[in-house]
Amino acid sequence: MPAGDGVSPTTSRTLDLDAVLADRSTRIIVCCGAGGVGKTTTAAALGLRAAEEGRTVVVLTIDPARRLAQSMGLSELDNSPRRVTGVDESRGGSLDAMMLDMKRTFDEVVFAHATPERAQAIVENPFYQSLSSSFSGTQEYMAMEKLGQLRAEDRWDLIVVDTPPSRSALDFLDAPKRLGSFLDGRFIRVLMGTAKTGGRAYLKVVGAGLNVMTSVLTKVLGGQVLKDLQAFIAALDTMFGGFRERADATYQLLQARGTSFVVVAAPERDALREASYFVERLGEEAMPLSGLVLNRVHASGATGLSADRAAAGAETLDETRSHPLAAGILRLHAERMRLIEREQSLRGRFTAAHPRVPVVDVAAQPGDVHDLDGLRLVGESLAGA
Amino acid sequence: MASRESDWEGVRLHVVTGKGGTGKTTVAAALALALAGEGRRTLLVEVENRQGIAQLFDSPPLPYEERKVAVGPGGGDVFALAIDPEDALLEYLDLFYRLGRAGRGLRRIGAIDFATTIAPGMRDVLLTGKVYEAVRRRKGTEHVYDAVVLDAPPTGRITRFLGVNEEVAGLARVGPIHGQADSIMSLLRSPMTAVHIVTLLEEMPVQETSDGVTELAKAGLPVGGVVVNAVRAPLLKQAELTAAAKGRLDRAELAEGLAAAGVKVGEAGVDALLVEAAEHAARVALEKSQRRTVKTLQRPTYDLPLLTGGVDLGALYQLAEHLCRQGMA
Repeated sequence: MPAGDGVSPTTSRTLDLDAVLADRSTRIIVCCGAGGVGKTTTAAALGLRAAEEGRTVVVLTIDPARRLAQSMGLSELDNSPRRVTGVDESRGGSLDAMMLDMKRTFDEVVFAHATPERAQAIVENPFYQSLSSSFSGTQEYMAMEKLGQLRAEDRWDLIVVDTPPSRSALDFLDAPKRLGSFLDGRFIRVLMGTAKTGGRAYLKVVGAGLNVMTSVLTKVLGGQVLKDLQAFIAALDTMFGGFRERADATYQLLQARGTSFVVVAAPERDALREASYFVERLGEEAMPLSGLVLNRVHASGATGLSADRAAAGAETLDETRSHPLAAGILRLHAERMRLIEREQSLRGRFTAAHPRVPVVDVAAQPGDVHDLDGLRLVGESLAGA
Repeated sequence: MASRESDWEGVRLHVVTGKGGTGKTTVAAALALALAGEGRRTLLVEVENRQGIAQLFDSPPLPYEERKVAVGPGGGDVFALAIDPEDALLEYLDLFYRLGRAGRGLRRIGAIDFATTIAPGMRDVLLTGKVYEAVRRRKGTEHVYDAVVLDAPPTGRITRFLGVNEEVAGLARVGPIHGQADSIMSLLRSPMTAVHIVTLLEEMPVQETSDGVTELAKAGLPVGGVVVNAVRAPLLKQAELTAAAKGRLDRAELAEGLAAAGVKVGEAGVDALLVEAAEHAARVALEKSQRRTVKTLQRPTYDLPLLTGGVDLGALYQLAEHLCRQGMA
């Protein structure tokens, strides 16, 4: 297997997730994809299946639907893994699950890296409060941070992680790097310069013209905002190295052997386009891709009867005004066959563009998952059983 | 187009949200078309950097510039804009502070990058700020756009997105940013704004819609209508659906009917069709119960049909027509 093409050594084009779960060298599975394609359900179902096959699993969910959370007994967001009851542990495995609390995770990082007084100053700063609870990229950083923590604890032999409902699946990969480049950026040094020296000495360091910057910043932000921001930056100063190291370490973790990405999509244009971007990106970053889970795929036991013939049959019956039940069912089948054709053509486009990516289809379910039995069924479909 | 009054007279900013995968971009585009009656101009705005509008209207990626993308079925013009936070920030700085070269300097030291990707909520501030500017823009005494339709972030983030300026007003307690943030909040909370939620008749999207309505109302943001997307008409009669759900459809009658229709599927084929009927019945029942939940929200509700052929420009006009007929535009 040449390094860097991002595809695990699977010869068949069908994704064998049972093999991925059974492989003890698989330590992290990351489920990613566009919003609304069933990522969280997929992550939970994979975790349950692995646990019942004997692995010690923790599932990290980001923003689960209420009922899915309830199905795993997660009623509160307490930021630490809890044992899921009702799991078949006869093969020696177990399942823990948790929901990410991004503010608490951020606070923990601050307290781990700064003296208690300084940490307190940071968490009380209005910029920190805003950053840790509302900034749209924070969820991604903190998901990565939590993943790193869980891995470091080394209590589980498999971590299944769901990714945040970002505007784009790629945010998950980009957020930690963005944090790193920001922390190394000149802007921070300018701000820190002004914070440390009262706003003069940095000029010698960074060069002329920057006094314009400070006056601009003061003008745009207002003096008070700039002061709060500088206090925040100054307080964070000591922990920058820690932040950056952690972001880098987690990124490397994603590239390491033992990590496996599962891209999740539905047979819809936008979701598959997003999946395509992700697959390409994983390839570029040399991140190990297991394959694509295609959720909500429709099937029929009577594919021999085409949409056109079924529709024609229904029309024949309409003309003779007989057998309305058969006419209705034929129309139903025609509609189903058209949907299948459309889904298959979208799927075909994806596999033509990414012939080496194994795919597994998961049948459309009429309702949502409410309990562990529902998750087990999803797990069976995922395994192609 | 329709001569009757729309349900949203006086609304100049239509915010369209919904759970991921429910089709909010499509609905936003259809609404922008529907609102473009004779002599009217609408602006369709996207903020999530996905170029979803360009794809829908089959046009090249949109630059940070308002472009005409279609003529509404009523003869008005539809413009589109993909807001880029960086450009929006530079434009803003230039407008209010006449920065010129200094703005580029800010970019060089990474301040622009900081502001648009790292700074708390700044990105959302810029996006909502640009929307605010477009809603309020005038040429002489006339508004440039009669309506602005925002293809907004999903339901899970919408309240935070629209409420970001309140937080900013809290961070910057005085000064120009405070003033700007306050004005944006008052527009978003006024009867000139309506936040519409797109849903499917499925459990999770309906649950999110219901949570969204509660959250928006709590945040003092005006909840608009609920758009039920991808509605399918039941293809079987109620009695047949009931029988199908219980697995009690008349197999012999079906087989006879298939024979009369000249369709040969064999025994296994008949069974497969019965399974399809049962699945259809289960789905119809689920949709009915979801419909009841949507009703309890007591919001004006608009139905859009499922487009089995996918969405192209022609389909967008059809959807716009549906929205007009039901009074959304």
